[in-house]
Amino acid sequence: MKEVGKDWKTILQKVDDWRWLLPQDYKRGMRVPGLIYASEEMIEQISGEEMAIEQVANVAFLPGIVGYSLAMPDIHWGYGFPIGGVAAMGLEDGVVSPGGVGFDINCGTRVIRTNLAEEDIRPKLKELVNQIFRDVPSGVGSEGLIRVAIKEMDQVLTKGARWAVEQGYGWPEDLEVIEGGGALPGANPEKVSRKAKERGAPQLGTLGSGNHFLEIQAIDHIYDPEKAAVMGIHSVGQVVVFVHCGSRGLGHQTCEDYLEVMEASARRYNIHLPDRQLACAPIRSPEGQDYIGAMTAAANFAFCNRQLITHWVRQAFARVIGKDPRQLEMHLVYDVAHNIAKIERHRWEGKEITVCVHRKGATRAFPPGHPDIPVKYREIGQPVLVPGDMGRYSFLLVGTQRAMAETWGSTCHGAGRVRSRAAAKRLLKGVDIAQQLERRGIYVRAQNRALLAEEASEAYKDVADVVEVLHEAGISLKVARMRPIGVVKG
Amino acid sequence: MQKRPPFEVLEHTADVGVIAYGRTPEEMMVNAALAMFSLMVGLDQVEEKEEREIRVQGHDWESLLVHWLVELLYYVDAEGMVFRRFQVEIPTPYQLRALAYGERMDKERHSFHMGIKGVTRHMLAVGQEDGTWWARVIFDI
Repeated sequence: MKEVGKDWKTILQKVDDWRWLLPQDYKRGMRVPGLIYASEEMIEQISGEEMAIEQVANVAFLPGIVGYSLAMPDIHWGYGFPIGGVAAMGLEDGVVSPGGVGFDINCGTRVIRTNLAEEDIRPKLKELVNQIFRDVPSGVGSEGLIRVAIKEMDQVLTKGARWAVEQGYGWPEDLEVIEGGGALPGANPEKVSRKAKERGAPQLGTLGSGNHFLEIQAIDHIYDPEKAAVMGIHSVGQVVVFVHCGSRGLGHQTCEDYLEVMEASARRYNIHLPDRQLACAPIRSPEGQDYIGAMTAAANFAFCNRQLITHWVRQAFARVIGKDPRQLEMHLVYDVAHNIAKIERHRWEGKEITVCVHRKGATRAFPPGHPDIPVKYREIGQPVLVPGDMGRYSFLLVGTQRAMAETWGSTCHGAGRVRSRAAAKRLLKGVDIAQQLERRGIYVRAQNRALLAEEASEAYKDVADVVEVLHEAGISLKVARMRPIGVVKG
Repeated sequence: MQKRPPFEVLEHTADVGVIAYGRTPEEMMVNAALAMFSLMVGLDQVEEKEEREIRVQGHDWESLLVHWLVELLYYVDAEGMVFRRFQVEIPTPYQLRALAYGERMDKERHSFHMGIKGVTRHMLAVGQEDGTWWARVIFDI
């Protein structure tokens, strides 16, 4: 499906070593230029994938877009928006697009720390991974351990992670270190369809499948000991748990419902779009407001989902290690969304403006001092949790003032794929990925071992390269690197 | 004319697409559903124990295709169903009624592949060439 032949390197203009401009005149209809954060080598690789940069141009068509259609270094071919895309739309003249958030509303990450060292858990690692594999439902068709009546669902959609804590799943202080306190204001459960609630109800508290995972990791390197200490990360070898999942069927159906609504809206409001998946409506329109209310509710469902999973992870540790999670100091470091749209205040060209920031495979990265980040992180900036692939490493970063000035306080969300699932499987035909990883001390449990090749290191960019671009460009700063030792895959 | 397979899987960096074929729109819709479920589960392991009646409509072929597949996904998530056989009727354009046959998912008997989050509109197309209907659709995985 790849067109070949377009020489992106002659179209893109190099701004500096880490920034590439896609001129507004590249395509008739672009309202702003594109700006891609990448190294020269990455541009070569991204250029091979025709559609990703084309999608940066397509996003620039959306009414009310301010500044640039932005792309993070983990950019790859998505549907509508590129994955790794960021776009801010003016509140008065801009649109909101369900495709700019994606099907998995508030797909996101959270990191839970422990006071255990790798050598403490090595002897019990398999037991621990197996326990988590049993206790945290994952994979296609998995059902949650709790059943929520459709009526109760409205509480989940309004209160998010707070609902879980009220039911005894997790600690009250967890809420302080979740984006938006784990319960974004403005959620409107009435705008979430019954179908979406029915799709989500059996799946609350499940990991899902695909690239979603739960990893036990060891701190591998600390770049900034002071900032790490604020996050409770003190030493190399310290064990943390990294969770990546989203809003399950509830979010998927919500996206679907509003794609449908907005396809009609785009026609009604006479919005010309280069891709049907970019369907959108003015933020101020009834359709726009309904979507924002529903999407926010779905985001809260995802926060609740990750909160429930956290509880079961703590229980699994307690059972296997034989200590209370409090004794193990299993505090939440942070929880952040990477598929979301939010109404935020920013400064642009010297003026305060309110915009709807779409982050499609991009993470919020607010700077030190920002009022929306937890008090304990006010001095160091918002923690950013960047998962890599299961064979290499993940990163803890912090947001910066430069991100605030350039990218609406946004950064990357992961490594970014370089190979399709089929290509990865072809390349790794006959290779037992689980066995290969186990030889390197990484114990993997997966619902389907044959599918591990699709998520192997070979399918992804090296996340260290992605993070390096952001660090050098000043969009976020490295704090610590973790390597996986135990992996649970859906 | 060379005999076409009922569907082909397309490569996409992050997600997966299919092209489903059929001599009629009905057959194309059946093959699109088979393609979707074959990405999800080993179809030959699925038994026909239950059926669901489905009625959807669209404003063009593309939207009808999306609504049909999304409706099937609803039963996957809400009821834990997987389907292996479909009977589709399209009495007038853009209206579809169908019977889908399958059973509840069973981790003991079924091997699951990828979960499908949604049916995207990116590169979505339905066409007709030399008496063959084709539908191209990309799923969010």
